[in-house]
This record gives sequence, structure tokens and C-alpha cells, in this order.
Amino acid sequence: MQLAKEVKYLIHKEVLLEWRSKYTINGVLLYVVSTIFTCYLSFVILSEKERLIWNALFWIIMLFASINGVSKSFLQESRGQQLYSYLLASPGAVLISKTIYNTMLMLVLTTVALGFYMLVFNDYTPPDLLLYYVAVVLGSISFSTVFTMVSAIASKAGNGGMLMAILSFPIIIPVLILLIKLAKNAVDGLPWENSYDEIAMLLVVNVLTVATSLLLFPYLWRD
Amino acid sequence: MNKTWWKILGSVLVIYTAIAGLLLGVPRLPILNESIRNLYFHVPMWFAMIVLFSISVFYSIKSLSSKSEVDDIKAVESVNAGIIFGLLGLVTGAIWAKYTWGQFWSFDPKQNFAAISVLLYFAYLILRNAIDEEQKRAKISAIYNIFAFPMMVVLLFVLPRLKDSLHPGNGGNPGFNSYDLDSRMRMVFYPACLGWILIGYWVYTIRFRLRSLENKQQMN
Repeated sequence: MQLAKEVKYLIHKEVLLEWRSKYTINGVLLYVVSTIFTCYLSFVILSEKERLIWNALFWIIMLFASINGVSKSFLQESRGQQLYSYLLASPGAVLISKTIYNTMLMLVLTTVALGFYMLVFNDYTPPDLLLYYVAVVLGSISFSTVFTMVSAIASKAGNGGMLMAILSFPIIIPVLILLIKLAKNAVDGLPWENSYDEIAMLLVVNVLTVATSLLLFPYLWRD
Repeated sequence: MNKTWWKILGSVLVIYTAIAGLLLGVPRLPILNESIRNLYFHVPMWFAMIVLFSISVFYSIKSLSSKSEVDDIKAVESVNAGIIFGLLGLVTGAIWAKYTWGQFWSFDPKQNFAAISVLLYFAYLILRNAIDEEQKRAKISAIYNIFAFPMMVVLLFVLPRLKDSLHPGNGGNPGFNSYDLDSRMRMVFYPACLGWILIGYWVYTIRFRLRSLENKQQMN
């Protein structure tokens, strides 16, 4: 129960810090909105036939937005801050709290992004919006579990942004393939039975990622 | 003799598969025809790669707890040897695809996933180059290696089953299934796998000894 208490306290700290500066959330929101707007300006209109482009574009925007948003979690912390939380909390609690906080951040972000995306490209909404939203939620969770651990690795390697991209892309591609397949099922309006495989695989991959992260993070955290 | 018997066995098996693989009879299957012989040269590369990457993960886990430099060198050198086999697997697959599918690279899921899993290990090597301090490098790269391994397993063994592929053995294409692979082919295929795994392990031990000697020289 010590762990649960620590996790709760650390999440509170993260939210409070974010609430004071509102730097990450506003920055990434502005990033998403301006990217969507740029896409809108260059495509102007996506007709019913181009719904595959509609889907692909959304996931590309989400991928880069989440790399920018989640990588902040460890990269922006100074060495002193990391030492301070190392002394106060167990490594497991730090990782779990960061992952949960990033998931919450990504959920807010992707929901707003999806809303704005459908508002701008208003000719088209996927026929099965609920399934599409399930894909978006699963995407937020997977992006935050994978990127949290990779950003921890990149921050310890001390070479920020570029390393983050190199290390995370090969790991996120399998997840992204599953997500795009699931989202495409929603775009095509297939019945839910066709998507259970992908949903189950995504959950398994997430459990696997969180389990390996929890096992490995203590070694990474101790300098 | 105690230490060299497996090296001799590996070389003999590889020479045997090179000769027997080209000369012995093979079943006539549609689409594949004579190109089925690529089974002896393409598939063992992946077996050798998987074995070498598994050795690497084993030593990464060991080096996290032991913190010894030897384990770290073993982990990185088995990745180096494994990547060679991964690239050879991609090349042999691409040459086969040129004659069977008409293109070196036709965006088949299996080709793409194999290429991505090789990229994963290039990322591992780049991560190693990015860190100067030896102990820190050993620790962080070991963590990335262990973290990436389950993803590679998902990429190579789980995802291709969810996708349609033209690769032999998928979606009704004649391939290397149990009923296609007759006893004549097994006589060559199994020795080929064993032989290439042994050769891969040999390459890895040579690279490891070379690296240890270089390190010793730098110390003095």
C-alpha cells in the first residue's frame, strides 16, 4: 500500500506542476491543432473515397504529437529533480505514476485532436465512431507506455531528442500497425467481431511493455 | 579436439548443404519450382539470427546483475554477428522474391517486419555509440536490448499471422509446410539450420575474442 500512496502523491505532483505552467499540454495542443490545420490547407477536402488517407493522416499526426508530449516526462527533468524523487520514492512508483500521468495527458490530447480533426474535415466521420474511439484510447495507452520507458532510456543516455526518435520508432511500429488495422476496421464499418484479435493483441503488447518496464526501470533509475 | 569438434561439424554441414542443396532432388510445386532450394539458404539465416539475438539478451540480463564487462562485450558481439545473418536473410529473400514475385522488394508484410526488426538492432548499436562512459553504456544498452526483444518476437512471429502475405506457407501459397516438405528436403534442411547456427556461434566467439584482446591492449 506504500506503493499506491506514493503513486497517488507523485501523480498529484505531476498534475500540479503541469497545472502551474501548462507548458506541455498547451504546447502539444497547439502543435496538434496547427498540424491538422496545415493538413487541411494542403488537402482542403477529403472525399468519401479518400478515407484511407483520412485515417493515415490522423495516426501520423498523433504519433508525432505523442512523441513530443510524452518525451517531456523524463527529458525535461533536471538531474537534481531526478535525484530528489529517487530519494523519496521507489522506482516502481516513479514509473507507474509517470505512465498513468502520460496516459491521462494523451487521452485528453487525442480526444481534443479527434474532435478538431473531424470538425475540420467535416465531410467525413467514420461510420463506427465508437470503435474508432476505442482505437484512439488504446493508441493513447500504448504510446504512453512505450514512450515513457524509451524517454527514460534516452534521458539517461543524455542525448535527448534525436536518440528518442531512433530508439522509439522501431519499437512503436508493430503497435502502430495494429492500431491502423483496428482504425481501418472502424473506417470500413466492419462488425466488432473482426476487431477482437487486434484489441486483444494491443492489450497483450501493453501488458508486456509495462511488465518489462517495471522489471528494468529500477536498474535504469539507480545511477 | 574437445573444443573444435563443433566447428568442424558446422563447416562440414554447411559444405554438405551447399552441395546437396543444389544437387539433390526437390518436389515440383507450382510457383516455387526450382526456387524452393532457397529454403536451404534463406531460412537458416533467420534461425541463426534468432539464436544469436537470444544469446545477446541472455548476456544483457546477466550483465545487469553481474556488471561485468565480459558479459557486455558478449551481448554486443552476438548482436553484431546476428545482424550479419539478418541482413543475409533479407538479401537471400529479396533475390528469391525477384525471381518469384518479380520485384526485389514488394512490400510484403514479412519483408517489412524483418527489416524493422533489423532496424531495432541498429538502433541498439547507435545507442551504444551515443554513450561514452563504459559502465553506463553497458547498463543502458542492456536495458534497451531486453526491452526491445519482446517487440522483435511480436514483429517476427505474431504480426505476420494477422496479415496476408505472399510468403510461402501463408494464405494458401505452396510452401514449406509439413506436407510440402518431403523427406528428401528434410535431409538437407535440418542439417543446414544446425550448420548455420554453429557457424554463427563461431563468428560470435571469434568477434568476442578479438574485442577482448583489443580491450586488453587499450588497458596497457
